[in-house]
Order: sequence, then structure tokens, then C-alpha cells
Amino acid sequence: MSSLSALTIHELIDLLDRGVCSSEDVVTEVLSAIDARDERVGAYLDYDAEGALAAARSADDARSKGAERILPGIPIGIKDVLNVKGDTCRCGSRILEGYVSPYDATAVARLRQAGALFLGRLNMDEFAMGSTNENSAFQITHNPWNLEHVPGGSSGGSAAAVAAGEAVAALGTDTGGSIRQPASFCGCVGLKPTYGRVSRFGATAFASSLDQIGPITRCVRDAALLLGIMAGRDPLDSTTVEVPVPNYQEALADDLKGMKLGIPREYFVEGIDKEVEQSIRKAIRLCGDLGAEIVEISLPHTEYAVAVYYILATAEASANLARFDGVRYGARDEGHDPMDLYVKTRARYFGPEVKRRIILGTYVLSSGYYDAYYRRGQKVRTLIRRDFEQAFQECDAILAPVAPTTAYRLGEKIEDPLQMYLGDIFTIPASLAGMCGLSVPCGFSDAGLPIGLQIIGDAFREDRVLRVGYAYEQSTEWHKRIPPIRDDEGGR
Amino acid sequence: MTRGAGDLMDYRVTIGLETHVQLKTQTKIWCGCRNRFGQPPNTDVCPVCLGYPGTLPVLNRESVRLTVMAGLMLGCRINERSTFDRKSYFYPDMPKNYQISQYDEPLCLGGRLEIEVNGRKKSIGITRIHLEEDVGKSIHYEQSSGVDFNRAGTPLMEIVSEPEIESADEAFAYLTALKQVLLYGGISDCNLEEGNIRSDINCSVRPVEREELGTKIEIKNMNTFRGVHRSLVYEISRQINVLNDGGSISQETRRWNDETGVTEAMRTKEYAHDYRYFPEPDLMPVVLTREQIEGWRATIPELPGDRRARFVREYGLSEYDAGVLSADRNVADYYEEAARASGHFKAVSNWIMTDMLHAMSEGAIPIQEVKITPGALAGLIDLVDRQVINRPSAKRVFTILFEKGGNPADIVEQEGLSQVRDTESLETYIDEAITAHPQSVSDYRSGKKAALKFLVGQVMRLSKGKADPQMALEMLRERLDTG
Repeated sequence: MSSLSALTIHELIDLLDRGVCSSEDVVTEVLSAIDARDERVGAYLDYDAEGALAAARSADDARSKGAERILPGIPIGIKDVLNVKGDTCRCGSRILEGYVSPYDATAVARLRQAGALFLGRLNMDEFAMGSTNENSAFQITHNPWNLEHVPGGSSGGSAAAVAAGEAVAALGTDTGGSIRQPASFCGCVGLKPTYGRVSRFGATAFASSLDQIGPITRCVRDAALLLGIMAGRDPLDSTTVEVPVPNYQEALADDLKGMKLGIPREYFVEGIDKEVEQSIRKAIRLCGDLGAEIVEISLPHTEYAVAVYYILATAEASANLARFDGVRYGARDEGHDPMDLYVKTRARYFGPEVKRRIILGTYVLSSGYYDAYYRRGQKVRTLIRRDFEQAFQECDAILAPVAPTTAYRLGEKIEDPLQMYLGDIFTIPASLAGMCGLSVPCGFSDAGLPIGLQIIGDAFREDRVLRVGYAYEQSTEWHKRIPPIRDDEGGR
Repeated sequence: MTRGAGDLMDYRVTIGLETHVQLKTQTKIWCGCRNRFGQPPNTDVCPVCLGYPGTLPVLNRESVRLTVMAGLMLGCRINERSTFDRKSYFYPDMPKNYQISQYDEPLCLGGRLEIEVNGRKKSIGITRIHLEEDVGKSIHYEQSSGVDFNRAGTPLMEIVSEPEIESADEAFAYLTALKQVLLYGGISDCNLEEGNIRSDINCSVRPVEREELGTKIEIKNMNTFRGVHRSLVYEISRQINVLNDGGSISQETRRWNDETGVTEAMRTKEYAHDYRYFPEPDLMPVVLTREQIEGWRATIPELPGDRRARFVREYGLSEYDAGVLSADRNVADYYEEAARASGHFKAVSNWIMTDMLHAMSEGAIPIQEVKITPGALAGLIDLVDRQVINRPSAKRVFTILFEKGGNPADIVEQEGLSQVRDTESLETYIDEAITAHPQSVSDYRSGKKAALKFLVGQVMRLSKGKADPQMALEMLRERLDTG
């Protein structure tokens, strides 16, 4: 097997430009990679081979007639939470069985406009609630680096597909770490943009004040490219912001001269895996070698972040998921009156983690508890945001681990939700603060599982985060390693 | 009332109204779908107003302006910063199973509305006005139900009154005055048949000597003013009867059955909803500048009450006439235009109050659509004033103008309706009348004065209605008295 499906978007664009290969070739090889490996990986819920090949041929046709597109027929995998017109969009849930999207999410529409094509739906934790993909109603996704381990979540299918060579790049969504953590677990690059940078229109909402769409890619440059296409004000999403979109690729540089990078002392505490800590500390030293000034900073309210997150995110989710009632679309169990229909439908088609969070969110908003939970949670969220605002007075970006450990074994955390929630301790604070964060590969454990370095940036300073990630990536080899499942590729 | 008036006198009634008003916007509040009534079910819908996964609301700015305008007309304080919240409850007609509304930071706070009941004036406080979305409509068939979502996402303004309404008549007067203000401001079409105005009623009674309010009963979703009045008459009487019989009222929600004319229990307090309000994360706060609010304030039209007073003062109309003419903004505008063109304020008022309003209601024609222009009406009055035509001819000209429009003088010309006022022609008609009715002549001369009237009528008939009746009368009398 040749290795078109293993290349980066940039490498493919170069080959397409030079006429070395066609979009149809690329799609064909991605499809055969899926064919060869996805039975073991389980990244895709659904894909349309014929449709993708037809789209590729029409992209090739357009290119031959002189059409110039930024992503000429580049196939991109889509997390099952994003609406793509005419495709299923089940959000990893049985309750959306039968639903077909009548419209494109704005991020999808912008990529489509740029020439991209979408060949399939990637597995996820049901409604993006989970950190392992084990909460998908349909299937388990396996970590391509070790099939006994989880790919992370909730964008686990997206990260696993990119790592396994089953997608050139993919879109995920990140609410409390759902792009960064699976990217870290699978050895990919994952970018969570600033809240308000990329339109949420078309991303089925989990927690509206936290959700962001972002890319999962093989290299930082690809993430910069995709962000540049998706970012910017969208009249269909009132929470997008009128901040100019810079050319993120031009912001990339090989060194970190003049940059000040902050190391939050609260992120290096007990509980963090030794191998992870060593890799992160090594990465920090390398950034120093690349010219950055390393300073210690403090994010004093970090310890409250997980608790605050599980109050605010579940509160919003309890309302966001109320629309899945069996009346207008999706699965339905008939009832003798509307309430009976709701109860039967929701009891049967929502999974246990989703129910747990809806109940938690309903509780924290209930009369008599609102002040103690939701209102207090909002106040602490403000304090956490101020932590970051203060920190960014002292540094240009923050370096930290993405997760305290490498990818869990399958089944290791699923019975203990609290332990699982704590695994998001390093990604949640930036989400609550609305900041941007990038995960780049920075090493491997002795067991061969990837470790991710998290680079957190100030609001709308994705340019800085990408610059740090790129300089680091260019001076290391981690991102070039491929998981054993790709041994059939025959090398690059 | 089922009991004597004495019972009612022993009790005080406290009523508060929550009135939902659909705003007159082109499009819905969160999406580009048309805001209109009467389309086939589920045709004015899109993924946003159907609550499809991933869709987001975008605020219609015109709905904010209309709500603020209503607030300004009712003397409210306008919040420069206001926010939206989610109100959660499950119902098939609500696409998201939460309604986007405003909870603790509404657009308008505090205001007043002047009402008049049996000649007594009173001012009812307005607690707040907030903006929210309307829901769809459930339709029940024999074996199944359906939902029409055309109405879902219609901008809806909720006006909450202070509990200062003290009778069914006051409630009726409050709604009537409110409708007038909203029509004046172009805020809503206020079409009750189309459900533009729907009220929830809160009502309690207490013995006159008691300080604290009685237990509150809520009556939901009343869509006619008459229904509000009837249900309150019933409910007040029901509550008083319960108390008189030594019973007590328990807090509950009731529904009005218009056919049987009674209120029926719907749900008690234990089953009250916990709406779990929290700030709507999909929408930014609405921030209005002072300049923006003042700019809107400058466009407020004169309110109906003020206009009525001015009509009395400026045009010398009676309170009653001024009230009728100012009730509808378009009628009032018409009156003023015609009155200014004519200068005969009272005559213009008479024409509109009688012939015009009558013809309009016969043909169910709104004043904006009548063919006779204010200038033409003024012209017609002028022709009568200058005695070019007489009163009966003027009525004929009016009818033609109302139906076809045109210039009154031209119509007089075309129809040959000019009054015959030259003595020569009149003498001819008089000669003819006297010759033809000698009996009447002798009757008159023998003292039966009514015979003169008959002879004038004959002259009018002979002149085909064009003779100046006053002149004919005088000339006849002179002839018979002297002849």
C-alpha cells in the first residue's frame, strides 16, 4: 500500500498541485486504510465511499478546469456531533437514530467552500460526554497505538482516525478538553480555538458557553490552515466575535525568540504520571533552548475547575438536550400522552452518562439549589478567567500537560465517573476561561503511548499558540512516529 | 352574580394581568422565517425555529425596538442592558423544550396605563415588559395530535401589570386601553382572532377588613377581552361564595370554559413547574445606548388619551366625540387632516361619526382603504357650507365619493346636483306645486301650517331634490301669506 493516506494536508496539496496524484487517489487510499484497519480501530460510525469518490472526481474535474481551492478535494473526517447536509448526525446517541441533517454547520460550510470533502462520521462519546469514547451508544473506538487502550474523548473517533491514517485530518469539538485530550492520547495535533473564534452553528450543543469546534491534524501547520478557514464572525452565531482572522500560517516560526512562556505551578502536583511530567519538563527545556523565556506563573483557582465545570456544563446540557424528545426527529417510543412519550423515549434512547449529566444539571438549576450551585459556579468561573487574564499579563502562552496520564486501558475508568472527570483537570480551566489551547505530541511512555504538551494562549491569540507548537514540533520527531497498526503502509 | 350585591361589597378584589402580545415584525425573533398568520401548517419553519440539533438563535433587532417603544409609551424605565434566559418545561408545541425569555433583566421596568371605568379615571401600574418567543400550536384530531410550528419563534412581548385591577370591568378597560396604545405605536396588529393578544389572569378576593391579599388563582391563556371579563365575573363570584360558605381558596391554576361559562381546576400548586431559569448562553446581552433609546422616544406618537384631550381643547369637540374619533389612530389622523383642510371642525366630526363610520362598518373597510380623501370630505363640507348643494344631495355625493373617490365639485357637476337657488326657477316649481295641490293651499290658509311642509316637499320633488329647501319654504310662505 502506498502512503497518500498518511500524509499531511500540506503534503497532499503539494502533490495535487504538481499533478502527482488526484483527489480520487487520496480518497481511494483513505478508504482502503479504513477498510484495512477500521475493523480494529472502530473510528467510523458511518461513511459513504461512493459519495466521497464522486466528490473527489468532481474536485479533480474542477481543478483540471482551473478552479483554485485551498483544500482541493481534501477529505476531512467529521465528528458525529457536527451537521453535514444530507448526512446522519447521531452524536453517538441512539436518540438521533434516523435524523438526517438538513443543513451544513458553518465550519463545515466554510471547509466545503474551500474545496474539502467529507467522507464519514467519526465516533464520539454520546453527546460529547466522556473522555474515552466508551460512552458511544454504538461502538468502542480503540487507540491505534495500543488497541487495548482508549483513544480518549469525546473526539476519540476523530483522533483515532487521524492517528490510524484513516483520515487526513478531522474536526472535533472541545467542551472541557474533548479535542486536546484525545489528540494527546493518540499522538495528534489538536486545537481548541478561543470561545467565539469558530462558529458553533451546526455543532449539536453540549454546553453552549464552552463548546468550540477545532481541527485534529498530523501537524501544527495543518491545524493553522484549517483554523484560518473556519475562524471568524458568523452572523448565525451571536457568540462569535468580530476579531480579524490573522494568517495563522504566516505566524509560524522556527524559533521562540522573544516569547515568554509561563509554567503554572498548580499543574505540576501530585497525581500526575511521572513519565508524563518528565516529558513535559523536557519539552519546556526545549522551548527554552529555542529562545523562549520560561517563567513560573500561578493559576490559583485551578483546583475548583473540575467541580465548576461539572455544574455549569451539566446545567447547560440539561436544557440543550431537552429538545431530544421524539416529537420532531430521531427515535421515538409512542406514549399515551406527550409526557409518557418523552419519558419512554428519553429513558430508552439516552445512555447512562448522558442521563447522569442531565439529572445533575437539572438538580443544580432547581429552585432552592440554584444559588448554591449554578450561581456560585459562575462566580468561581469568573475567578478562573481572571487567573488566566492575570497570567497573560506575565507571559505570551502557558505550557502544561494535556492530561495527567497517557491513554487509559479500556474499561479502566468507565465504572468510576469521578476518576474519569478528574482526568480533565488540565484542560477544563482554559475551557472555562474561554482561552485557546493546542495539544502537540511531546513524547511516549515506556509502554509506547503518546504524551501531549498543552500550549494555552490568551483569547484570540491562536497565532502565538500555533507558533510555539510549530517551533517545538519542528525541533522534535515525535509527530513523525506512526502507530504499529500502520505498519502496512510501507513507510514514507 | 349569583349572590346579592351586598356580598360583593364585603370583599375586595385584586387582579393582575400578564398579557402576551405578538409583535408586528417581518420575520421571527431568532431566524429569517416570516412572521405571519394563516399559512398552511409547518410552512413558515426552518431548522432554527424547529429546534434542530446545532441551530442557534440570532436576535431580531426590530423586536427589541418594538418592545422598547411599548415600554416608552407606557412610561417604563428602559434597561440599557438586558439579558435572555432559558425557561425549561416540556411541551410538544415548544421545539427546544425551553423557551427563551427574559427573567431578571427585562427590557422595560415600571410604567403606568390610564384607564376609565364608568367615567372614573384610574391608573394601573405596569411591573415590567419582557421579550420572549412564542410557541407552536397543538392541533388535536380524533385519533392523534399534530403540532403546527409556524407560530413558534414569533416575537412575543409579555406585559405584566401590578395587582391594581379591582374588577372585571377594570380588567376589560385595562386591556382595551392597552390595545389602543399598542395599535397607536404600531407595536402589534392586536388582532384577537389571530391570537395577537393573550392574557393570563391572577385573581384573589379578601374581606374588606383584611390587610393581606387572599389566595391567588391563575386563569391561563385568555384570548378575548370578553372572555377575560366573563371569567373574572364568574371567578370573583365563585371565590366569594367559597369564602361566604366558610371554605378556603387553595392556590391553583384554572382554565376558562367559554361554552359552559365556568372556570375549571387545571393544576394545583404542588404541580407547579420549576422552570429552572438560567442565562441563555447562545445570546449576548442586549446593550442599548442612551442615544438609541432617546431616538426611539422621539418617534413615539401622541397617545390616545392625550389626543382625546387635545381634540376637546383644540377642535371644541365633546368628550364623547373626541373619544370616538381618537380611539383608532388612523381615524384620528383622518379626522385631523380633514378638520385642518376644512376648518369646520364640528361638521367634519359629524360626517365621520355618522356617515363615514357607518359606511366603513357596513363594508368592513378600514379607514386606510376608504376612497374619499380627507381633502374631498373637506371639499364636500365646503359645498354644503356655501349652499352649492343641499343636505340630501351632499349625502348622495358622499356615497359616490366613498365608493369611487374623486372630486366633490366634479361629482356635483356630473350628477347635476347644484342647488336651484335662482328665484325664477323656484317660482316655476312653486306655481306648479300650488296649481297641482289647491287643497293644501286652502288648508294652509285655514291654519294648518303642516300643509306648507307638504308643499315644500312638492317643490323639492319637482326640482328633483335640487331646490334650496330653505329658499323654497320662504318663497312659498310669502306667496301664500300675501297671495
